[in-house]
Amino acid sequence: MTKLVEVENLNVRFTGERTVHAINGVSFSLGEGEVLGLLGESGSGKSVTLRALMRLLPKKRTVINGSIRVAGRDVLALDDDELSMFRGATVSMIFQEPALALDPVYTIGQQISEAVIRHEGKSQREATARALEMLEVVRIPSAKRRLDAYPHEMSGGMRQRAMIALALACKPKILLADEPTTALDATVQIQILLLLRELQREFGMSVIFVTHDIGVAIEICDRVAVMYAGQIVETGTLRQIVRSPLHPYPRGLLASTTHGAKRGQRLETIPGTPPSLDKAPTGCSFAPRCALAEARCTEALPPAIDVGDGRMARCVLAERIQPASV
Amino acid sequence: MSEATLPKAMLERIEDFGGAAQPLLKVVGLTKHFPVRGGLLSKARTVRAVDNVSFEIAKGETVGIVGESGCGKSTTARLLMHLMTRDAGEILYDGMQVGRALSLRELRRGMQMVFQDSYASLNPRLTIEESIAFGPKVHGMDDAPARKLARELLDKVGLRPETFANRYPHEISGGQRQRVNIARALALSPRLVILDEAVSALDKSVEAQVLNLLADLKSEFGLTYLFISHDLNVVRYISDRVLVMYLGEVVELGPVDQVWDAPAHPYTRALLAAMPAADPDNRTETPPITGDPPNPIDPPPGCRFHTRCASAEPMCSAASPTLTDLDGAGHQAACYMAIPGSGHSRASAAEKAA
Repeated sequence: MTKLVEVENLNVRFTGERTVHAINGVSFSLGEGEVLGLLGESGSGKSVTLRALMRLLPKKRTVINGSIRVAGRDVLALDDDELSMFRGATVSMIFQEPALALDPVYTIGQQISEAVIRHEGKSQREATARALEMLEVVRIPSAKRRLDAYPHEMSGGMRQRAMIALALACKPKILLADEPTTALDATVQIQILLLLRELQREFGMSVIFVTHDIGVAIEICDRVAVMYAGQIVETGTLRQIVRSPLHPYPRGLLASTTHGAKRGQRLETIPGTPPSLDKAPTGCSFAPRCALAEARCTEALPPAIDVGDGRMARCVLAERIQPASV
Repeated sequence: MSEATLPKAMLERIEDFGGAAQPLLKVVGLTKHFPVRGGLLSKARTVRAVDNVSFEIAKGETVGIVGESGCGKSTTARLLMHLMTRDAGEILYDGMQVGRALSLRELRRGMQMVFQDSYASLNPRLTIEESIAFGPKVHGMDDAPARKLARELLDKVGLRPETFANRYPHEISGGQRQRVNIARALALSPRLVILDEAVSALDKSVEAQVLNLLADLKSEFGLTYLFISHDLNVVRYISDRVLVMYLGEVVELGPVDQVWDAPAHPYTRALLAAMPAADPDNRTETPPITGDPPNPIDPPPGCRFHTRCASAEPMCSAASPTLTDLDGAGHQAACYMAIPGSGHSRASAAEKAA
């Protein structure tokens, strides 16, 4: 299977007043037509990983090491012109807050047709036709009228649909989704998730979906990478991660859910808080909060252990698992 | 409260007046409308943020309010706290009317609130200890005992006073800040704490910690909670009873298990069905309702949900159904389908219900 995205040993460090080691040795790949979820809490580096793929991080304050290959191209070597052709045409992104991501002074129709003209060299008339088509694809009612609407004239759910239409207007191979349903109401969130699932199948695109909500991941992902303190601590299929997580962090995360918890019964918690990222990790970042930590956990970085079936856990406990038995 | 000006070493405990049978909070017909000024040619309109909301909170109970943005749940909380004036309705705290038997000052001691944004609700120029001690000092406590109280409360919410007391809000994490806000709310030893999306901004593993903390504090201090959230799992976990709000109205209320297991209002059903699945083999296939919640400016006439309801009939847009008791055990819904003999084709015949 060809890999559309291959990230090898990615490190992202923010410099300035204080240094933040945001991403520490992240490797993953994304296959054709696959939906990969990056699951983690705030500060775990999931959004930074996503932004690195599109080189959206501030140039002056960011040090990026490692390799990012998207559709066979070395993303870190692209110059500015190549980069602006790459963004939108090969990879595009949707954000949590469409009100901030869309330009407030242009209509939805103008914003979509501008992208089509820029990337595909179409005429204004053709581009407007594409814009209308896209609004229909994302099922915006009375699409024709909505072409002339400004972002502030639409409801939250409509704006999110418009942003998806804009992101997909040039038929990108890969869609990066950064918590696109987090700011939405429950009844709207499920509509957008189902829409994305349907469009992913229809367009055959690959998706990297960043979320902190395991329920959202369950609705949309094929594979999940769980992030903690700038590292991927476990990767596996959605079922593997949800049903039998190996790493103590996803195990604790799944156990601490209020879903199905009995009233009056104490919730399982992960004690403590995530580490500050001002130093690069020299041992397991989760060890201080882990009930199963051993001396060797803090002495050296735990190895990324391949337990077979494309499943990886960055924990010494996974050593005991025979690859064949999984 | 005339002697409140004298510095004191301790605040008196707020007495229980009505006894256990008297609800701690009784709200009748609470209403708040915001006028929206029209343009040059358009006429002025009204946001019906909260419309004729009535409920009770018993002593020691946790009542949840759920609903989507714009349903009026936060406005309700602010009205209860008297942070804004209401247009109509009565709020009785332990049987006493605010402004008559109970001064606003006393009410604020008896009722405290924790907000969603843990950072915006703390003064950035005060240390954590000063923030927590501020309220008791306003209510007449001496500086030294107030600071001592603040440190004790920090310990109670799981923050070591020696580490945290002298830090500023920006120096601690979101979960820790929310613990500080809880400590500050408890500093006046209130009996009712309103938690307005208090755990919504927290990460899941931290959320579980704070929920456990809330349970501990409730039993230690004998608190009553009003828990406002959009997260239905959290509400089910923490609440005894729940109110479901839609566009400023209560559409269903009752014991949380009854409402969750046998929702009577189509909106409650949709809200529950919209929760993401917990099982990878059992994903949601069709959205329970389409469209966004309508704008609360000039909401639709009749039942406000009829514009999105699959079972709406002409009668639904003609007049609004009132909250009607369903089982004699406090489960109520405002839907013609749940009201026997209402005339809706899906309603059961009259005489069947109690």
